[in-house]
Amino acid sequence: MTRALALHIAVLAALFAAQYLLPPYHHTNIARIMVLAVFAMGYNIAFGYTGLLSLGHALFFAAGLYTTGLGIELWGLSAAPALALGLIAGGAIAAATGVLALRTGGVSFMIVTLMFAQAGYLTILYFGQYTRGDEGFVITRAARSIGPIDLSADTPRYLTALALFSVALLINLALTKSRLGRAMIGMRENEERSRMLGYNPFRIKLIALVISGLYAGAAGAAYSVLFGYVGASFAAIQYSILPLLYVLLGGAGTTLGPFLGALLMFYLIDISSGYTTAHLFVVGAALLVLVLFAPKGILGWVRDKGAKWLP
Amino acid sequence: MAAIILSARGLTKHYDGLKAVENVDFDLKAGQIHALIGPNGAGKTTFVSLLSGRIPPSAGTITFDGEDITQLPAHTRVARGIAYTFQITSIYANLPVFDNVALAIQRKGTKHLHSDTMAALARVGLETRADQIAGTLAYGHQRLLEIAMGLSMNPKLLILDEPTQGLANAEIEAFNALVRAVTPQTTVLLIEHNMDVVMDLADQITVLNFGETLSSGTPAEIRADPAVQTAYLGG
Ligand SMILES: Nc1ncnc2c1ncn2[C@@H]1O[C@H](COP(=O)(O)OP(=O)(O)OP(=O)(O)O)[C@@H](O)[C@H]1O
Ligand SMILES: [Mg+2]
Repeated sequence: MTRALALHIAVLAALFAAQYLLPPYHHTNIARIMVLAVFAMGYNIAFGYTGLLSLGHALFFAAGLYTTGLGIELWGLSAAPALALGLIAGGAIAAATGVLALRTGGVSFMIVTLMFAQAGYLTILYFGQYTRGDEGFVITRAARSIGPIDLSADTPRYLTALALFSVALLINLALTKSRLGRAMIGMRENEERSRMLGYNPFRIKLIALVISGLYAGAAGAAYSVLFGYVGASFAAIQYSILPLLYVLLGGAGTTLGPFLGALLMFYLIDISSGYTTAHLFVVGAALLVLVLFAPKGILGWVRDKGAKWLP
Repeated sequence: MAAIILSARGLTKHYDGLKAVENVDFDLKAGQIHALIGPNGAGKTTFVSLLSGRIPPSAGTITFDGEDITQLPAHTRVARGIAYTFQITSIYANLPVFDNVALAIQRKGTKHLHSDTMAALARVGLETRADQIAGTLAYGHQRLLEIAMGLSMNPKLLILDEPTQGLANAEIEAFNALVRAVTPQTTVLLIEHNMDVVMDLADQITVLNFGETLSSGTPAEIRADPAVQTAYLGG
């Protein structure tokens, strides 16, 4: 077993143990953070590894969230198939977005993805009859279960979030060690060189974006079943910025950075909003410090300081 | 007579008013080392960029291995066997040396990525630097890495744009041996300012001047051509 694999398994083991140690409030928080971290990991696959700066990932998260939520509430699906559909929806919407947005690069890519996500947000509001718009809807508690397991109860919810997070993290780790992962990093580092080695930039980026969308879709789908609420705010611009901030804080292009960033940012907002209503100011200040002292994020900094093996 | 692996007809590239490459007809014989020479700004890099697909032509056609490739994107041409090494070193500066070459090798497919990559590095003498970040290599070593990336793709046609620029004399010797060793399986199109290297390696030479073919022939013919002497070799 390599050092990297050992570290990842240790993190997962610590999260498993944490459920017995944490008071209920933090128990729920960590479950939520793990799901958001899956979203951020997906964002990191596009942004951190492949160099695609998207401002529209809320669309992919919302695709999972709404497909699963509406699947249960509107079409009467049970949770398991609704979750699977949510995952697929995230990937499919990412593919459709990519086919169009990847014709552009750089700033235009940011703008096109932002516009797509905005269009998705407005679509949710437009079909308010079904989606209940901003107000959103709550998923019937009885429907939030797989077989006999009630996913709205604390322990199954935590374990489901952990299971999703574990699979996502280990796939992410495998990806970074794979040839595809290397090709994605090559695209980020020097697209022209990659092209002249025979890589089709459009293809590599589209694959990365679809994987990214599958992660976001899975996170959105899980969020709706585990926390039981679906609302348009999850499709708004804040939810496109949030994974970017998590990734920048934890370390872009690192496997554990998205989780670390989500964890710190979540508690930063949580704690600061207990003292001040200007918690966004605190977030801004934290990011400023980060950009000045550790522009590669916390784990990027650790990697530069000697832990070169950190994936 | 050897088969023609690549030919260009009427190949032209204009930048606004500037005729960077103007109506060039060009044939490349399989298995040969063909040198492309000419003064600075003659259009050499532009010409080979048209062949590799890095930039689209204003007019003209390119045939490779019997097929018209004029419309094919660069990465498809690479997959068909045209490799290109950049005049201005273009490596993955933030990645380890190993990954630079592994990216070239894994693209063409192999079951033994690690050993193939190490072997390709050994060919240019960089095997002990596999873990070093490529951008921290000395300039000459970066040029060698660039060459290793081109060679390791096992191309049918290898285009080298001023490969020996920045190499020490001993490294140039090794480079010459390396290029000779890959022919005749690989055809080499070599842009080179170092006349010793050209005269040492080339089977054929084409001289470009102001975007047009000034002359083409064997080294002996080129040396004897009065037009070349006045325009380029300086009389
Ligand atoms: N992208 C571009 N836009 C405008 N002009 C260009 C461009 N690329 C090249 N040129 C011009 O085209 C001409 C040919 O340039 P090119 O780089 O092909 O010459 P070269 O023979 O490779 O020169 P050198 O020996 O200096 O490398 C030059 O006048 C150059 O300034
Ligand atoms: Mg040039």
